[in-house]
Amino acid sequence: MAVKKEKHKMPEQDPKKRIHNFNEVPLGYDVETAIAEAKRCLQCKNRPCVAGCPVGIDIPEFIKEIAKGDFEQASVILRAKTNLPAVCGRVCPYEEQCEGKCTLLKLGEPVGIGRLERFVADYIFKKGEITIERPQASGKKVAVVGAGPAGLTCAGDLAKMGHSVVVFEAFHAPGGVLMYGIPEFRLPKEIVKKEVEYIKKLGVEIRYDVVVGKTVYVEELMKEYDAIFIGTGAGLPSFLNIDGENLAGVYSANEFLTRVNMMKAYRFPEYDTPVRIGKNVATFGAGNVAMDCARTALRLGAEKSYIIYRRSEKEMPARNEEIEHAHEEGVIFKLLTNPLRFIGDEKGNVKQVECIEMDLGEPDSSGRRRPIPVEGTEFTIDIDTALIAIGQSPNPLIPESTKGLDVERKGNIRTDDEGRTNIPGVYAGGDIATGAATVILAMGAGKKAAKAIDEYLSTKK
Amino acid sequence: MYRILEKKVLSETVKQITIEAPLVAKKAKPGQFIILRIDERGERIPLTIADFDREKGAITVIFMEVGKTTKQLGMMKEGDNLQNFAGPLGVASEIEKFGTVVCIGGGVGIAPLFPIVRALKEAGNNVISILGARNKDLLMLEKEIDKVSDKLFIATDDGSKGQKGFVSDVLQKLIDEGQKIDVVWAIGPVIMMKVVADLTRKYTIKTIVSLNPIMVDGTGMCGGCRVTVGGETKFACVDGPEFDGHLVDFENLLLRNRRFIDEEKHACKLAGVA
Repeated sequence: MAVKKEKHKMPEQDPKKRIHNFNEVPLGYDVETAIAEAKRCLQCKNRPCVAGCPVGIDIPEFIKEIAKGDFEQASVILRAKTNLPAVCGRVCPYEEQCEGKCTLLKLGEPVGIGRLERFVADYIFKKGEITIERPQASGKKVAVVGAGPAGLTCAGDLAKMGHSVVVFEAFHAPGGVLMYGIPEFRLPKEIVKKEVEYIKKLGVEIRYDVVVGKTVYVEELMKEYDAIFIGTGAGLPSFLNIDGENLAGVYSANEFLTRVNMMKAYRFPEYDTPVRIGKNVATFGAGNVAMDCARTALRLGAEKSYIIYRRSEKEMPARNEEIEHAHEEGVIFKLLTNPLRFIGDEKGNVKQVECIEMDLGEPDSSGRRRPIPVEGTEFTIDIDTALIAIGQSPNPLIPESTKGLDVERKGNIRTDDEGRTNIPGVYAGGDIATGAATVILAMGAGKKAAKAIDEYLSTKK
Repeated sequence: MYRILEKKVLSETVKQITIEAPLVAKKAKPGQFIILRIDERGERIPLTIADFDREKGAITVIFMEVGKTTKQLGMMKEGDNLQNFAGPLGVASEIEKFGTVVCIGGGVGIAPLFPIVRALKEAGNNVISILGARNKDLLMLEKEIDKVSDKLFIATDDGSKGQKGFVSDVLQKLIDEGQKIDVVWAIGPVIMMKVVADLTRKYTIKTIVSLNPIMVDGTGMCGGCRVTVGGETKFACVDGPEFDGHLVDFENLLLRNRRFIDEEKHACKLAGVA
């Protein structure tokens, strides 16, 4: 039987309807579709997909179980390598990772590995209990700082190895960027909560409202714990550094998304945190976060939601799926356009952004063609809200408060490939070490560090 | 959960609460702030620390009821619990022996000024305090601050206590009388801090102000609290809340603090606390 060239289609909410709600956009495979998609897998001996996975999931093996209809076993195989399959199955950049290496690409589309991962995780959640075997206690204590993807992964793996783990979280809720950054319509918060419940069932304790670097210092944790993992993520948002950026109505993507996602401003005044966006919203940047901002703005009632980006469609760093969804929902892409300044009204609210058209020149240090302004093409766009989604620098609290911790010029904590910092017993991973990247890379870093910490603990007396 | 150990009503709209938060109390220093959230649907609001008791493990904050959250907080009783309480946040005041320091507090700004005055006195400074309020009923911590100051002046808008007029009038008088001043600390309404900073700029007296922009996380993540200082963007939560008053763009702070004023009114109205 010939293999179907395309992935089985993911059922999705109609774009016209979904821009009026915050419900999840892709609805997930049903059992029949999942089995059919799983049967597309060629079960290659050389497993190229596994090499593409930052956490090394045994991909052909879990897919094989789906094809057989044994979803429990598929889940066991998944969870052996990832503590957050329902999250990975939704937000991983599969096209660059597992699916990007799939042999089927030679014939057509790769196996829908992400969709299958999500299917298994959701299926098991719906069924209820996940059985957990607790290993024998090692008697060692590890402190994990930050309950985001890196910290949760590291904590889950360490617990599975028998160590006693406490996670310190600055916010009032777990998940980090999964909770404050990624919108409900892309990653439902109930899913994040369920994943966290699983990690807690592994024996991990999470303490909220503890700002490490302020409430307690790393040095103090070192006295009480045998090892420490720092996963505090990307902190300070970057701005465009143009005139008018501090006008009311100009938000960092972090502030806007935190208000809407974590603080649930989309349900104001039922929830106390407000957000105000007006009719015309411009998002600056073209990564996943920018797409999240532009699509969130539509759901909050924006009539026009622009993405303003200085390069062309080809250079946009967002996943294809996010860009497609944004197009479907009516986001207006103003490409090869660079903002020059924000113009405010008499009350100090932003009312316009002045932009200039760009042209692409020779490739720059990032390998992408350098955008060059085209003289005399200045124009303005009327806006009520500007969302700046151009990245962030590492959170400064721990680097600043930890004596002797080796930090790179940009403020990232310096580590080796396994997450070791220059202080014995102190590890770091995720955005705090690498700079802003993806959820799965943070998870991969948490996983490697857990392994290194386990080795360290077994040799430490 | 964080229990309210003590509550005092300082005036119709100003309340003082002491909260059990041992970890925060252990580290708290003058000039720092906390972020609290009342319940699951609450917003996160920053309040500057008015006092701390390391032995009791308690933090005291004083707040004016201006929006839905502060009004709701004002209705809470001793024994009630807050959902979240995180801190101490921000950079502590740089306390050292400067010589003569004038500490100026206006309205609820007097509350965070108190631990700073106390620390400056303990560091061996000659401390002159100037407290201002609209009227005598809104004046707070007069006795406490008097105890740790070498001199105390009071100014009220209506003259119901102390000198009739503004704190800046008292400061001007001190300068005119030839009082040597090494540093000024000014905490209060934005407009008060601006007037004080404008005055001391003329005499090149170093002036520290404590800013209170809108915040969400308070840990350097959201950038909502950004303020313009010396032409640069700073984050009040991790770079402040104290800044050189001569460099702060107070107009911008005023505008940014009004960002959600309509939503706030709406929320108050719906909650029946307008």
